[in-house]
This record gives sequence, C-alpha cells and structure tokens, in this order.
Amino acid sequence: MLAKRIIPCLDIKDGQTVKGVNFENLKYAGDPISLAKKYSDEGADELVFLDITATNEGRKTTIQMVENVAKQVFIPFTVGGGVKTVNDIKALLRAGADKVALNSAAVKNPDIIKEASEEFGSQCIVIAIDAKKIDDDFYVFINAGQKNTGIKLLDWAKKIEALGAGEILLTSMDADGTQAGFDIAMTKLVSENVNIPVIASGGAGDKPEHFCDVFEYASADAALAASIFHFDLLPVPELKKYLREKNISIR
Amino acid sequence: MKIGIIDYKSGNLKSIQNMLTYLGQEHFIASTKDEIESADKLIFPGQGHFSQAKKALETSGLIDSIKTSIKDGKPFLGICLGLQILFENSEEAPNEKGLSIVKGDVLKFQQGKTPQIGWNKISTTKNNSILEDESYYFVNSYYVKPKDTTIVSAYCNYHIDFTASIEKQNLIAVQFHPEKSGEAGIRVFEKWIKL
Repeated sequence: MLAKRIIPCLDIKDGQTVKGVNFENLKYAGDPISLAKKYSDEGADELVFLDITATNEGRKTTIQMVENVAKQVFIPFTVGGGVKTVNDIKALLRAGADKVALNSAAVKNPDIIKEASEEFGSQCIVIAIDAKKIDDDFYVFINAGQKNTGIKLLDWAKKIEALGAGEILLTSMDADGTQAGFDIAMTKLVSENVNIPVIASGGAGDKPEHFCDVFEYASADAALAASIFHFDLLPVPELKKYLREKNISIR
Repeated sequence: MKIGIIDYKSGNLKSIQNMLTYLGQEHFIASTKDEIESADKLIFPGQGHFSQAKKALETSGLIDSIKTSIKDGKPFLGICLGLQILFENSEEAPNEKGLSIVKGDVLKFQQGKTPQIGWNKISTTKNNSILEDESYYFVNSYYVKPKDTTIVSAYCNYHIDFTASIEKQNLIAVQFHPEKSGEAGIRVFEKWIKL
C-alpha cells in the first residue's frame, strides 16, 4: 500500500536556510544540506526547498545548493519559489532537483505547464496553489498571496491536471501560520476531485492529530509543514509513530 | 571495476551518478556502442515516455549492444522505464515495440491516482538477491506483467498487486527508484555492486 508522505519544507535565502514565522523576523538557520540530511535520517519522505531569494545573484547560489543537496541526500526533493520559465525549470532539474514547483508563473502563463510536462515529464512538475475562502468558495491567489486571481480553486486544479501537472501543492492561506490544523474542507475538495496527488500545506501545529485528520478526512496524499519541524515542536519520528498507531499507511 | 550508465538522451542520469560517486564507485556515461561494450556492469536508468525512449535508443544505435551485453552475462540493472522498455508491448505506446528482451506487457494502472508517487513496500520472492522487504520510492503510471512469473523478484500493491522487480541471472530490473529510496536504496546499489 502506498504510504502517506510527510514533507518538511525548508525556506532558502541566498543558499542558506532561514527560519521565521510568516516570513518575518528571519534568522539564518544554517546549512541546508545538514538540515536536509537530518530530516532524511529522521524518516522524512521527501523535502521541499522554497527559495525566497529575490536577487539573481542569490538564485545562482540556490542552484549550487541544489547540486550539493543532490550529491548527499538520497530522497526526492522539490525546489520552488520564483520559478518563471522553462529554462529555470531545466536549470533546477539539471542541478539535481527531482521536481520543480511553479506558482504565479503557471497562473500567468498556463501553457508553461504543458510545455514543461511534455519536455521533462509530468512527474517533475508540481503546481503550487495558494488559495483562500471568500464567501462560499475558494479562490486562487498569486504573488505570494497578495493578489486574488478570481479563479475558482477547483477549476484551476482541474485545468492544471489537464495541462499535465504531476502533483498539486495546495496551501490554505486561511490556515497558514495558525498552527490550528490543515484546511480539511479545501484539501478534500481538491484531493477528491482530481486524479493526481495532492500535498496539503498550511496550518500544521504540534498536534499529530492534524496530520492524521488531513490524511483520514481530506484524502491528502502528503502533508507539508515547516516551522513545527524546524523548531522541533513535533519531530518527524514522533509524528510517524503516532500515525502508525492510528493505522495510517506510513513508511 | 567500471560501471557504465547508459545514456540515450532521455531521462536524468545525474541522480545515478551522484549515488555511485557517494559510494566511491567508479563509473562513466556510456552513450556509444563501444562504451557499452567496455563497461563491466551496466545501469539502464529511465524516465519519460516508452515511445520516446525506444526511439532515442534506435537513433543512438545502442539496442544491439545492450542486447548482446545482457546475453553475454554482463550484470545489468534497469530502473523504472529501464525495466518497462525491456518488455514487448506497452499500453503507453500501442504502436511501438519495446526491446522484447523479456516476454510480456506493460499495463496502465486502472485504479487510484496516477502516477503512483511515493513510498511503497515490496514483498520479495525466493528469486531475489539484492532487495529487502522494505519501502522504496515509486513514480509510475504503468507496471510490467511478465509472461514467465518465475522471473519476478518482488511484488508490490497499488490497488492491485503488480511486479516491482524482475531477476533473471545477470539481468535485474526494478520499477522503483533505488537512487531516491534513502538508506534502503543505498543498500540496493551496494549489494548490486558486490554481485
């Protein structure tokens, strides 16, 4: 039976890991390779690196970091953040990333999904979606959650599946930063209506029940979290032990 | 001992190179007939589309040397599409023949999300020499169905039972990605290198 995946997310700035809450009070938290190795040793199933570097110079450092991670960490990892063109995707895959996540660029130019999945294979094209509930519906936001596109979440999810996306990384802006649990309604809506895997993101707190709920009640295929792992609020081995006891399929 | 990683301009070789470098194992990229012949062992990685891979192999003129290497007993490790392409037919490309080194077909999963992405536990058979009853990392929408089931070295389940690996003398091929399967994957390479 396919296991549900636990995915720590590392925020990267200028090739270094940064820790902060909601991108504020960022502190450099050291070498991403050591941290990636630590998570891999602890039983993380995959890793996501989110590059929040703004400058071109910094992005070159990220490519170097990807090369170094790939040389030493032997679980799959995704790199996202500021990916705009097919050439950006190619550079990251060549450096050793297994998958690349696209967000705003995919909304602005959906054809890039088709182009990239045909060139590199669907399995390495992850579409990251930031969404928020307004009245009774969920809407897709871009530019780091600043701009409402007016596109309904499920319409977008179905469209990117048809264009060749291999996976959806779905972040609930309502849940993000609350540490009150994943957004069950939003995750369920997408996961049960598309035929590609959905990674739930946003809202994980130090309670392992949050993960259990998103797997059990929202049919998520994977769950991603950042701060609870960085700050050791809920170490991966402890989380996995709990999920195993709850009969969730876990590696 | 030098391991050749077969390059047919389809799929990413880097993760295999990284793994062998990590293990301190000498290796090189084999993209010509001569290079394939000069390797002591061969790894056949695969990613992408069945038809594109077959066409790329034809274009690069490597098919005969691959077949000869396997027939002559050279240790051979196929990975993912490098397993599927050894078969006769695939539902991914109904008009394209595979290498037909192994009798049987490649079928599409009919249930569950595709691709299957993630860690899945395999059950080894008596015919296995390098794998463990462990979880490995899979990314596949298709699976192989060999005519001769005695060559199966491990099964796995994704809504149905499917063949996770085959082994026949010097030929070993796996559906999952040992190069991305953490410690369990590292042990697969270590054991295969020692064979």
